[in-house]
Amino acid sequence: LGDAYSSTARHPELFGGNRSCSESESENKLDGETASDSESKSEFGGSPAVPTSDDTPEVLNRALSNLSSRWKNWWVRGILTLAMITFFFIIIYLGPMVLMTIVMCVQIKCFHEIITIGYNVYHSYDLPWFRTLSWYFLLCVNYFFYGETVTDYFFTLVQREEPLRILSKYHRFISFALYLTGFCMFVLSLVKKHYRLQFYMFGWTHVTLLIVVTQSHLIIHNLFEGMIWFIVPISCVICNDIMAYMFGFFFGRTPLIKLSPKKTWEGFIGGFFATVLFGLLLSYVMSGYRCFTCPVEFNNDTNSFTVDCEPSELFQLQEYNIPLVLQSVVGWKTVRMYPFQIHSIALSTFASLIGPFGGFFASGFKRAFKIKDFANTIPGHGGIMDRFDCQYLMATFVNVYIASFIRGPNPSKLIQQFLTLRPDQQLHIFNTLKAHLVDKGMLGSLEDA
Amino acid sequence: MSARRRRRAAAEEEEEEEEAAEAGSDKEVDLEERLGELDLRIDSDVPDVPPPTDSTPEILKRALSGLSARWKNWWIRGILTLAMISVFFLIIYLGSFMLMLLVLSIQVKCYHEIITIGYRVYHSYDLPWFRSLSWYFLLCVNYFFYGETVADYFATFVQRREQLQFLIRYHRFISFALYLTGFCMFVLSLVKKHYRLQFYMFAWTHVTLLITVTQSHLVIQNLFEGMIWFLVPISSVICNDITAYIFGFFFGRTPLIKLSPKKTWEGFIGGFFSTVVFGFIFSYFLAQHQYFVCPVEYNSETNRFVTECEPSELFQMTKYSVPPLLQAVLGWETVNMYPFQMHSIALSTFASLIGPFGGFFASGFKRAFKIKDFADTIPGHGGIMDRFDCQYLMATFVHVYITSFIRGPNPSKLLKQLLILQPEQQLSVYKTLKSHLIEKGILQPSLRV
Repeated sequence: LGDAYSSTARHPELFGGNRSCSESESENKLDGETASDSESKSEFGGSPAVPTSDDTPEVLNRALSNLSSRWKNWWVRGILTLAMITFFFIIIYLGPMVLMTIVMCVQIKCFHEIITIGYNVYHSYDLPWFRTLSWYFLLCVNYFFYGETVTDYFFTLVQREEPLRILSKYHRFISFALYLTGFCMFVLSLVKKHYRLQFYMFGWTHVTLLIVVTQSHLIIHNLFEGMIWFIVPISCVICNDIMAYMFGFFFGRTPLIKLSPKKTWEGFIGGFFATVLFGLLLSYVMSGYRCFTCPVEFNNDTNSFTVDCEPSELFQLQEYNIPLVLQSVVGWKTVRMYPFQIHSIALSTFASLIGPFGGFFASGFKRAFKIKDFANTIPGHGGIMDRFDCQYLMATFVNVYIASFIRGPNPSKLIQQFLTLRPDQQLHIFNTLKAHLVDKGMLGSLEDA
Repeated sequence: MSARRRRRAAAEEEEEEEEAAEAGSDKEVDLEERLGELDLRIDSDVPDVPPPTDSTPEILKRALSGLSARWKNWWIRGILTLAMISVFFLIIYLGSFMLMLLVLSIQVKCYHEIITIGYRVYHSYDLPWFRSLSWYFLLCVNYFFYGETVADYFATFVQRREQLQFLIRYHRFISFALYLTGFCMFVLSLVKKHYRLQFYMFAWTHVTLLITVTQSHLVIQNLFEGMIWFLVPISSVICNDITAYIFGFFFGRTPLIKLSPKKTWEGFIGGFFSTVVFGFIFSYFLAQHQYFVCPVEYNSETNRFVTECEPSELFQMTKYSVPPLLQAVLGWETVNMYPFQMHSIALSTFASLIGPFGGFFASGFKRAFKIKDFADTIPGHGGIMDRFDCQYLMATFVHVYITSFIRGPNPSKLLKQLLILQPEQQLSVYKTLKSHLIEKGILQPSLRV
């Protein structure tokens, strides 16, 4: 834990001091979503009771020392935004393995941030074993999920190594045993005066695991489907964030929801259209490259990830007839598009319409527990959770979307499952499949392929 | 009474102070009060629960009016125990469908009990929409789980009806959409003064769903595997409860755990051995009947559940050599046993050693929230949750045990997935399977059907 982080974590009255200034203006201005705005407001409204610890690196501080505090804040946010986006591109370039690692680190950091908030709320630093138990549960659940994913994708690798094979065969049992150990340790650690606190923290840990860990694993599933299924949704959410902010800044008039008073209908609608457009363009550019559209596979011979395949029909240019309504507007009769771009419209729509609810949820959470930001990790932006709160619903949606509309089950996985069945079951399935194929006319009844 | 009034007055004072703080008029309000409507550091602030109403039926009261209070309580408990066991046998006789309904009703009642406790703890009867939202989420999650299970087992039934096919194919998407609606309703229902309460109830609902709904579905999955996988674990837990109590009553001396001062080591160990013996003998009797041993299947012609099959090798008498150690004791050289009885030893061991932790967890929970029983549904015993608290871990264990050690993947589910594939994929899978089966000698290459 960095010094600044722990100091603000242990002294939430720093935030309280800031807030009492802005609160004197009006309750409504307590916003949870944009750190810079509340900071700038408090700096406008009067000197803060205690200055918030400034995480900004010295370099930036010196470079921007001349500007007024409001613009300085803007610049800090802007520079950090560009830094994060650049970082994102570099990671994409480095490949799936690095992406997976980054997702995992983000997940751990988010978990840590939320758990720390729980500690602060309940003053529960002194609960016996609780920190250990929270991290232990995080480890267990991650082990379970990674085991399930890894077994599917690394099947041949796993089958070759003896210890891995046993681990994967009894994977559920081992995960359950590990979880049970944690559960029993929790029961044994219950201390008379602190029962309620301990149960609260237990519940808090589990809900956090449910949110953070499951979503991060769905993201990795999407990633394995093809990097485009990872990049387009995340970019749409980021774009919607930025566009809604800009539209709101320039045209904002009607407030959207009492929970986040800075959001406006103009920003919301403008952000929606801008995001759909952005999604279309981004998918067009990305669909041309195999490294983005192909499912990630593990090559047993080279022991590395490869993205090489025949692009599926989703990523092959097709002619579409433009509906008559648009024909007069656009002036073309047909247009060449990738089918994936149609799907990207669905993804962008979700990102713009439902994604913000994740942001409202996080705002409500921050107001409920009277915190300004989840943490102080990113200068000008707050914690990692602040950046990723809208992404969570998105990851689940993309996963459900893929499973429902894009692909069916994975044939090679089915074959693997088939091979573990008993012979009589295998025969039964084989005959049913054969009858089905004959029915469909795919197989002549006398054909012996 | 006066204590309660005092406490309520204190709570009201706290609320008033909090409002004053929010209005910004008092900047020196203590941080603790701003962070908590309830003083969460010590347990003493939970409001007292009104004394449980006596729901013993009049009949019993009159019949037992002669006895002293202590024996009366004993008789009530005893009679109710016998009543519950009889109902249990009756339902078993009525068949799998009734059992499923029973499990569903128990799940709904447990959920209701835990949610009601949450309401009482947080005084949250007045929260807008919260009751509806809790029931709505219960409905969503049940819909999701039943769709996943039902679709597997009723594959032929479903194939015939168009609307059901549509529902099944897009099941995940529909469930997710339903859940999202609930989530958005929750966000829209956040009310300024009650943010924290609402988030607490949201988390409480989700943790309760996690516990009750997932476990009840695992129970039903076990049931479909064969009624014996449902009966033996539940009976082992009940037997452990009863025998541990009896052993503790007669021989109890050393306390087991501070959380439940009435449990003793003698009861624990005595219960362990008797449960193992009970499980052993009980499985011996059940394993002989096809009704209990066969996987439950849905017969689409008769539209009923049938349990008819060739008993698997688990349920066929095998000769085991008695290890020399036991030979001297027992005097036999070989013994005829069902292999399932070995598994029953594992199940009984889990029920006796780890099952009680579920009971300790529930005891800790009741102490934390200062309630004597979960509810008053069963006279003399408390609520439904009181009876089922040890069962939850058991259901998960049995499910994990079955998937790890007994059977591989579910053949009908595999078949269903095969039938969803694209025709070209089906053809290639068919060819792979055929070559595999011929290789293994399961299929004769010259066979032309």
